[in-house]
Amino acid sequence: MSTSRSRPKKTDRIIYRRPLSLVDRPTHFCPGCGHGTAHKLIAEVLDTLKIREKTIGVAPVGCAVMAYYYLNCDISEAAHGRTPAVATGIKRCLPDRIVFSYQGDGDLAAIGMAETIHAANRGENITVVFVNNSVYGMTGGQMAPTTLNGQKTATSPCGRDSRSMGTPIRICELLNTLDSPWHIERVALDGPAGIRKARKALLTAFKGQMEGKGYSLIEILSPCPIHMRLTPRDAVRFIKEGMIPAFPLGVFRKEGKPVT
Amino acid sequence: MHNRVLMNGNDAIGEGAIRAGCHAYFGYPITPQNELTSYMAKHMPEHGRVFIQAESEVAAINMVFGAVVTGKRAMTSSSSPGISLKQEGLSYLAAAELPAVVVNVQRGGPGLGNIAPSQADYFQATKGGGHGDYHLIVLAPNSVQEMHDFTIDAFALADRYRNPVMILTDGRLGQMMEPLVLYKGAPPKSPPKPWSLTGARNRKPNHIRSLLLEVDALEERNLILQAKYKTILAELVGFDEYLTQDAQVLAIAYGSSARIAKGAVDQARAKGIKAGLLRPITLWPFPRARIRQLAAKVKGILVVEMSAGQMLEDVQLAVGERSPIAFEGRMGGAVPEESDVLTALQHLNKPTRKGARS
Ligand SMILES: Cc1ncc(C[n+]2csc(CCOP(=O)(O)OP(=O)(O)O)c2C)c(N)n1
Ligand code: SF4
Repeated sequence: MSTSRSRPKKTDRIIYRRPLSLVDRPTHFCPGCGHGTAHKLIAEVLDTLKIREKTIGVAPVGCAVMAYYYLNCDISEAAHGRTPAVATGIKRCLPDRIVFSYQGDGDLAAIGMAETIHAANRGENITVVFVNNSVYGMTGGQMAPTTLNGQKTATSPCGRDSRSMGTPIRICELLNTLDSPWHIERVALDGPAGIRKARKALLTAFKGQMEGKGYSLIEILSPCPIHMRLTPRDAVRFIKEGMIPAFPLGVFRKEGKPVT
Repeated sequence: MHNRVLMNGNDAIGEGAIRAGCHAYFGYPITPQNELTSYMAKHMPEHGRVFIQAESEVAAINMVFGAVVTGKRAMTSSSSPGISLKQEGLSYLAAAELPAVVVNVQRGGPGLGNIAPSQADYFQATKGGGHGDYHLIVLAPNSVQEMHDFTIDAFALADRYRNPVMILTDGRLGQMMEPLVLYKGAPPKSPPKPWSLTGARNRKPNHIRSLLLEVDALEERNLILQAKYKTILAELVGFDEYLTQDAQVLAIAYGSSARIAKGAVDQARAKGIKAGLLRPITLWPFPRARIRQLAAKVKGILVVEMSAGQMLEDVQLAVGERSPIAFEGRMGGAVPEESDVLTALQHLNKPTRKGARS
C-alpha cells in the first residue's frame, strides 16, 4: 500500500476512524497521557449508543477541564470536586438526557469525596468516569488520595508514608459498601486488552443509564508519565506492576448487587 | 389555597418560588431558615418539581449550578454559616452568567454565632463574598409580603440579567407570621436561553465555562461583566421613602431594622421632629444617588443596622461631607430598640450636634 495515497481504494477496509463524538484537533495532553484515551473511549461509546446529541458532560477541575475541546457534546465545567453535584442538578432537571461526570482522583476522592459518596448513595442516574492516575496532574504532580505507599510526588518527596499520609483510597470498594449504586467497575489503560475492557465498561455504564438503571462509576487506572516521573512505556508498566496490585481490577457491582 | 393567608416569612419565600416557576430547590438544614427547606420538601414534589436535601451547602449551590445550566429556574437557601460555604459557587455562577436565586436568612455571627436575627452579612452579600470581580443583585424585603413578592422578582431579575440574585433577610422576618396576599399571576416570562445545556441536537455543542487561561480573554470576560453591572446600576436601584419630603433628620435602614426605624420616625414626628426614613430595597445596586440628594437637605443621617455598621460604609460613600452621619446598631443577634433609635434621631435634630460619625 502506497503511503502517499490519501483516498482509500474501494477495496480498502476501514478498520478504524475517529469517532464523530470526538473533535478533530491536536491534543494538549502530555505524550502518553491516559486522558486522551479515556476521552476517545467515551466518544466511541456515545457514537455506538447514538446519544451524542442528548448527552451532557460535566468536566472537572484538573487536566481534563477542557474536555469540551475534544468531546463534541454539551459540557459544563464544575468547581473543583463539585462535579457530581453539578451532574445531579442537570440530571434531575433533564432526566431523559444522558449525564456523565469526568473526574480525576483529586477532584473525586479528595476535595469532592462528599459529593462523590452522596451522589452514589442517592443512586443518581448518572455515569461517573473516574480517571485514577495516582497524582494531581494539573497542579504539578502532588500527592493524591490514590498515590501509592512509598510513591514520590511533589508533596511526598520522600515517598508516601502511610503513618502520616494515609494509604491509597480504593473508591470502587468504598462505594460498593453503599446500597444504591448500580454498576461499579475498575479497568486499566495498560495495553490494548485493557483499553478494550475499559470501552466495554463504559458501554455498560452509559447503556445502564439510558435504561434508567441508576448510578455507575467506572474507575480507569491511567498513566500520567510526567508526574509518575516515567517514560510513557514505563508508566504503563507502573500501572501493571504498581497500581493494579493496589487497585485490583474487575466488576465490583453488577445490576445493583455486589459481586462476590 | 386562599389568596390571603397567614404565613411565616420562610414559607412565603417558598411559596413565592413555586409560583415563580422555580423548577428545582436544593437545601441543607440550618436555623433560622429550616421552615423554607421543609416547605420545599413538602410542596416541590406536589408540583412535579425537584427537591433534594443536599449533603452540604456546598453541594446544594453546585446542584443549583447544574440545574440552571439546563435553563430551568432553581433556588437554594441557607443562613449565614451556610451562605459562607456557598461563596465559591456564587463566584462560579456569576462568572458563567447563570441565573440563580439564593436566600440568606441571616443569623448572629461571626463563626457559629447564634440563631437570632442579624444583618452582619451585608458586606459578604453586596461586595462579592467569593473571589473575583463580581456582584450579586441583592434584594432586602422587610415584611412577609415582600419576602413573597421579592422572590418572584428575584427569578425575573436573575433571568433578565443572567446573574445570581440574593434575597438578604434575617431570622426575624423568616420566622414571623403576617397576613400575605399570594401572587396570582403566571410565572415571570423566561427569556430564551440559547446558551443552556440540553444536548447538542441540531446545533453546535454549548459549553458553560469560567476557565479562560488567556489573560486577554479573561479580561474581556470581566469587561463584559462590568458593563452588565453598569446597566444594572442604571436600571435597577430600588428604595422606599417614608416622610422624607420635609425631613430634617433621615433614618436609613433596610429589612427588619427599617421596621424599627419606621416606628422611631413615627414617634419622633409625634414629638414634632421632622424625621423621615429611606429604606434601600436593592442593597446592590445601592441607592447612592438618592441618598446623596437627601443628604444635602437634612441636618443629619442615622443609619440603623443589626451589625457593627456595614451598610453604614455605603451611606458614608454616598454622603461624603454633605451631612453628619450617626449610627445605631446592635450585634450578635441583638435588635436595636425603637427607643434608642428615637433618642439618636433626637440627638441629630439638635442644632449644634457635634461629633457625629461621618
Ligand atoms: C478549590 C480549588 N482548590 C485547588 C485547585 C487547584 N487544582 C487544580 S487541578 C487540581 C487537582 C487535579 O488533580 P486530579 O483531580 O487528580 O486531576 P488530574 O489533573 O490528575 O487529571 C487542583 C488541586 C482549584 N482549582 N480549586
Ligand atoms: S500532567 Fe499528567 S494527567 Fe495531566 S496532561 Fe500531563 S500526563 Fe496527562
